[in-house]
Amino acid sequence: MSEIFVVVDATGEFGVKKVTLEMLTLARQLGTPAAVVLGGPGAADALSPKLGEYGAAKVYAAEGEEIDGYLVAPKATVLADLVKRVRPGAVLLASSQEGKEIAARLAVKLHNGILTDATDLAADGTATQAVFAGSTIVKSKVTRGLPLVTVRPNSLSPTPAPASPEVEQLTVTVSDTDKLARVVQRVAEQKSSRPELTEASVVVSGGRGVGNADNFKLVEELADLLGGAVGASRAAVDSGFYPHQFQVGQTGKTVSPQLYIALGISGAIQHRAGMQTSKTIVAVNKDAEAPIFELADFGVVGDLFKIVPQAVEEIRKRT
Amino acid sequence: MNIVVLVKQVPDSGADRSLRADDNTVDRGSTDNVINEMDEYAIEEALKVKESVGGEVTVLTMGPDRASESIRKALSMGPDKAVHVMDDALHGSCAVATSKVLAAALGQLGADLIICGAESTDGRVQVIPHMIAERLGVAALTGARKLTVDGSTLTVERQTEEGYEVVTASTPAMVSVWDTINEPRYPSFKGIMAAKKKPVQTLSLADLGIAAAEVGFDGATSTVLEHAKRPLRSAGVKVTDEDDGGVKLVEFLASEKFV
Ligand SMILES: Cc1cc2nc3c(=O)[nH]c(=O)nc-3n(C[C@H](O)[C@H](O)[C@H](O)COP(=O)(O)OP(=O)(O)OC[C@H]3O[C@@H](n4cnc5c(N)ncnc54)[C@H](O)[C@@H]3O)c2cc1C
Ligand SMILES: Nc1ncnc2c1ncn2[C@@H]1O[C@H](COP(=O)(O)O)[C@@H](O)[C@H]1O
Repeated sequence: MSEIFVVVDATGEFGVKKVTLEMLTLARQLGTPAAVVLGGPGAADALSPKLGEYGAAKVYAAEGEEIDGYLVAPKATVLADLVKRVRPGAVLLASSQEGKEIAARLAVKLHNGILTDATDLAADGTATQAVFAGSTIVKSKVTRGLPLVTVRPNSLSPTPAPASPEVEQLTVTVSDTDKLARVVQRVAEQKSSRPELTEASVVVSGGRGVGNADNFKLVEELADLLGGAVGASRAAVDSGFYPHQFQVGQTGKTVSPQLYIALGISGAIQHRAGMQTSKTIVAVNKDAEAPIFELADFGVVGDLFKIVPQAVEEIRKRT
Repeated sequence: MNIVVLVKQVPDSGADRSLRADDNTVDRGSTDNVINEMDEYAIEEALKVKESVGGEVTVLTMGPDRASESIRKALSMGPDKAVHVMDDALHGSCAVATSKVLAAALGQLGADLIICGAESTDGRVQVIPHMIAERLGVAALTGARKLTVDGSTLTVERQTEEGYEVVTASTPAMVSVWDTINEPRYPSFKGIMAAKKKPVQTLSLADLGIAAAEVGFDGATSTVLEHAKRPLRSAGVKVTDEDDGGVKLVEFLASEKFV
């Protein structure tokens, strides 16, 4: 069975991201999963145990300042060399900005087709994608080269399958052209204990109806009780209620959690674009005609400032 | 500074969009087509750079005949001229081929600074900027929320999941922008009138030295096998709050095992 490359998405703080475990799970259905770690010094040692737990039979590692100190170009070069040498059956990357960017360069280097935002990949290379704000489901295939696919977080449930991967350190040889975009500073902003928005199984979002930044505490409180992430509509972000990186929708993040709760959000088509593939949708809105109710499995018509505190209290009672 | 801004015409994201039944490409005929929203921010940023360091702004679009409406609209915001790559053979092009065509046109234009949107709303693939940079061998500073130009040095601030990064490069370079970077100006009446007289050069594949077989359906590196509308979600239960809305909400969550 050929190797299926899974390019590891990880963060310094949380380690291996859930989407990587999902990709390893998917890769097991297609061949032998081999994880590719492209990161700072020591990344492979730190990440390998977790990668092995989810079935990585092998870990390829390219580490160091040459990889980490620049935007994606060096990563793509290393990956392209590895693909040419090992000839895997497929290459999977996370459908994050970085994952798509590495994939983009790889596609040009190898003159290979690319499919982004896949929710599934069959053994014959057919990918399933949700396009146009999730309103259309497409089946597509790479017709030149190997399946090069970026996988959308929360598309499948990761299952463990322990393996003890051997780590192969790669020699990193990147050109000057790969080092044109230099990272001069990385600023970590204060981080909450909440799960990352695109990976969370519960997302509670607030819209303009939340009224102001201070009131977002109510949204956060409900999210925390449910172990979820906090999201926001564009109107809420534009009004300065909540930071931009939490925006859900067409020009924000696409989320696909088990549970999405929309508080004071009307449900404009561009907002739906980022959340309508959620498994269960709940909405609270004082306008009975708000379009969000058209897709809500459960909707409460009323004032969120009454309903949410009551719900919070009720959850506390039950737990 | 010679600035080129990439502008794509896309079906209005506020309307019902679909793929064509005959050839599985984006249906551009049955909806309003507009400038890809993120590209308006790219135009604004290009104009700002020109205003601060001087130079010229060229709009570059690859698209069918009707994309010329969007080109005029873009010009009415203030750019100096436009280049429209148009060729019947381009219909059905994949991202890999599109990047080849745009890179060839950019090569001819000799841009110092290329600015584009971070992603388009029809494909939403976020791949074109890096594909072009890879082909041209220039730096790509993607996803900018802030751009500073100091001589030939570009500095970009970009949002990451953990905070933000500051990245730098020298020109020539590609910068892609998010909608957090600025507030695009509205075209003035004067701008709209002036746009009618601004030069728009049309280039064919032959002008770019690219063979028809390298693009379109023949040159495509991926293919859509089938597509279908996702079944509409049906509305579920809707209750009106009678001082028990919160409790009812939690009862629902409990029935679905979320609490
Ligand atoms: C190109 C483009 C891209 C866009 N991208 C995005 C995107 O990525 N994400 C996004 O979200 N939007 C996006 N939008 C904007 C989108 O069209 C809507 O304007 C936006 O989603 C509205 O946000 P909202 O629902 O919070 O605000 P509103 O539409 O103003 O709705 C607020 C809702 O809150 C309700 N409400 C008010 N007070 C209360 C209360 N006390 N209790 C209960 N309910 C209350 C009101 O009834 C109303 O339904 C985009 C638009 C365009 C044109
Ligand atoms: N056909 C095109 N013509 C001009 N610019 C384009 C075209 N396709 C993509 N772009 C640019 O590339 C950006 C990213 O597009 P994409 O990679 O398709 O999401 C867009 O915001 C545009 O600025």
